[in-house]
Amino acid sequence: MTPVPYRVVSRAPETADTSTLLLEPLGASIVPRPGQFNMLYAFGVGEVPISTSAGPDIGGSLGHTIRDVGAVSHALVRTEPGAVIGVRGPYGTTWPLEEARGCDLVIVAGGIGLAPLRPAVYHALAHRDEFASVCVLVGARTPADLLFVRELEDWRGRFDVELDVTVDNAGEDWHGRVGVVTQLIPRAPFDPENTVALVCGPEVMMTFTARALLARGVPKERIAISMERNMQCGLGHCGHCQLGPVLICRDGPVFWYDAMERLMEVRGL
Amino acid sequence: MHEEALLTHPPPAVIDLDGLHVLVGVLRDRGYCVVGPTRKDGAIVYEEIVSADELPAGWTEVQEAATYRLERREDEARFGYPVGPHSWKSWLLPARVRLWQARRDDGGRTEFVEEAPPERPFAFLGVRSCDLHAIAIQDRVFLEGAYVDRDYAARRDGAFLVAVNCGVPGGTCFCASMGTGPRAESGFDLALTELVGSEHRFLVETGSDRGAEVLADLMGDPATAEDVDAALRVTHEAIALMGRHVESFDLRDLLARNIEHPRFAEAAQRCLSCGNCTLVCPTCFCTSVDDVNVLEDGAAERWRRWDSCYSVDYSHIHGGSVRPSSRARYRQWLTHKFGTWIDQFGTSGCVGCGRCITWCPVGIDVTEELTAIRAADGEVDHAHN
Amino acid sequence: MHTIDEIVADSPVFEGLTHDQLELIAGCAQNVGFKQGERLFREGDPADTFYLVRKGRVSLSTHAPARGAVVIETLDPGEIVGWSWLFPPYVWHFDARAVDDVRAVAFDGACLRGKCEADHDLGYDLMGRFASVMIDRLRHTRLRLLDVYGHGSTS
Repeated sequence: MTPVPYRVVSRAPETADTSTLLLEPLGASIVPRPGQFNMLYAFGVGEVPISTSAGPDIGGSLGHTIRDVGAVSHALVRTEPGAVIGVRGPYGTTWPLEEARGCDLVIVAGGIGLAPLRPAVYHALAHRDEFASVCVLVGARTPADLLFVRELEDWRGRFDVELDVTVDNAGEDWHGRVGVVTQLIPRAPFDPENTVALVCGPEVMMTFTARALLARGVPKERIAISMERNMQCGLGHCGHCQLGPVLICRDGPVFWYDAMERLMEVRGL
Repeated sequence: MHEEALLTHPPPAVIDLDGLHVLVGVLRDRGYCVVGPTRKDGAIVYEEIVSADELPAGWTEVQEAATYRLERREDEARFGYPVGPHSWKSWLLPARVRLWQARRDDGGRTEFVEEAPPERPFAFLGVRSCDLHAIAIQDRVFLEGAYVDRDYAARRDGAFLVAVNCGVPGGTCFCASMGTGPRAESGFDLALTELVGSEHRFLVETGSDRGAEVLADLMGDPATAEDVDAALRVTHEAIALMGRHVESFDLRDLLARNIEHPRFAEAAQRCLSCGNCTLVCPTCFCTSVDDVNVLEDGAAERWRRWDSCYSVDYSHIHGGSVRPSSRARYRQWLTHKFGTWIDQFGTSGCVGCGRCITWCPVGIDVTEELTAIRAADGEVDHAHN
Repeated sequence: MHTIDEIVADSPVFEGLTHDQLELIAGCAQNVGFKQGERLFREGDPADTFYLVRKGRVSLSTHAPARGAVVIETLDPGEIVGWSWLFPPYVWHFDARAVDDVRAVAFDGACLRGKCEADHDLGYDLMGRFASVMIDRLRHTRLRLLDVYGHGSTS
């Protein structure tokens, strides 16, 4: 499958190593749903899978929040507005927002995990009456590593969503919480028996968060996580993203925790 | 069941060696690139052939764990051997193929141009039953999922398959255990069974309309009941000559519940992670892409090449490889091939061709590994997990 | 406006104590307030008090050379600040500061230690409750040790 060309409309730095690119299609338009990812192509360098952090499904441009960790992501975060990149997609499974209707929606984001969850938050706010309560818990390493700070402040100011933010450590100029994101779970306002949780972040963080949610009584089959492996084709053809019986690009990246728990426990699977 | 299939319309025919030459000629005349077995570099491999003269007449293969050599037969059989290091994936999923080119002009406009498919369709002469199943298994991956692989589909759609029923299984063959042979039952256009006796003839079965059309050009004779019996006997006797056996019942669950079995660490002590098994396996399909800049201005290309789960960075994500140890990688290959492949694609990934056993430099035998795991079902490796 | 007795009785950390025990503990307690920025205690000072936060946020921090002050934890209403009063050498290991205006109940640790010596049942019970608080903090601290968001981490 060939990429379709997209022009970079804007590039906004979020943290020292992460930027959000907003894109406009030059040809065919790609409309991902919350939780899905696209393969982004930097001309002559390569492709990487990046979750969508903004989508035309709720109005606005296609957006990807990219962390500079390798040759391709480095090229992408340095792409100037006006330049053209390639996009293939959308691929993968979506956050279970349909299944969460009528429930308390609990969104727990760790680090860059907030990027794939942002479309879910936007969806929840745009369809607020579909959910009983909406609770967003955000963790990051330090205040400087928080993504979408302006949006966090907007969400904080709303009356129909509970937002709590914590960082692992901070300087004294930070007046917010300092602690791990799992510490926010015991006291967060949601009814465990009527909750669907969406969790995204480093795998270790997702495991501990799932355990904290389980400790509060949220069932395993109501906790959704977003897994990651080496995805190269996004089509289920290259084999790289296998994790036991599933292909992350095709059967995921969003999975219910009960399907993943045992697989995540096997080291080097 | 197969006995009945042999006697249905159109009825089987018999051709002689001349007929075999005509077959190659007819296929070439119809525009096919005919690929068949031929002797090269001490092995029987699949290359383009222009005449039946290039078939390895009178040769056979001796195969054992970590062993392969050619030997002369006492007759002039054209197909008197099982399978060599090549499989048909070399043609349907080539080791290296360009997927597209991209051009970017000064204004930043980017154009992606997909690679054109090969000009001539392929005719595969000599497809063993195990390899027919392997092709069907790869069809599931590339044609029957949510996305179709364009290059594979183009090569596959036009391909004409002439199967050959095995009479000479190798020392490492176990298709009978996997239910994939030795008799070719479907998925071919024509199927040949070589009968070397007082006369050198081939029973020809038809598997498709295309096959029937080609058969009509061969001007063979109708097969007699004796011909049919002789052909059935060839494959029937081959079952008893299988070099390996494995209990294939319930392998998916066996492997799923033994994911921390000590046998993986034990195999890893021998395994070199060389990836030979993945190269010769007819179903292994993992590929990787290389994005390259071309020296001329504004051009880039994407190439697809074979990859192997045995390479350390196969499972690399930022931070490191998910499977850094040889144990983890051996486990991945074995459990995927026989177990999780079923979860992912609905069939086993193994067709019992034995190539991995033959071409493993240290002779690791999957049938032995699976038998050992089954014999110690439930054992857990506490040192490595 | 709740009395100290009521605050102590309602607090989850003291849940299940008998009426007499609660009275004993409340007897060692008093209401205190700190203005934003004010320090509750200093690293190295004798630890004879612990606090139950009622309103506002308290930060625990230490000073690292060339890094300045590093906040390692914040505590919110309902949470306990300080266990160094229970164990020798009874010295604070961190600075505690009011991040905003704080109201808290301050417990006289020295006084309570004396009462625990006299009543070992009470002492054992309080040990268990504070151990539980510490275990919780330890678990969270270990999670932070993993530095899950650091270089090489992913989402």
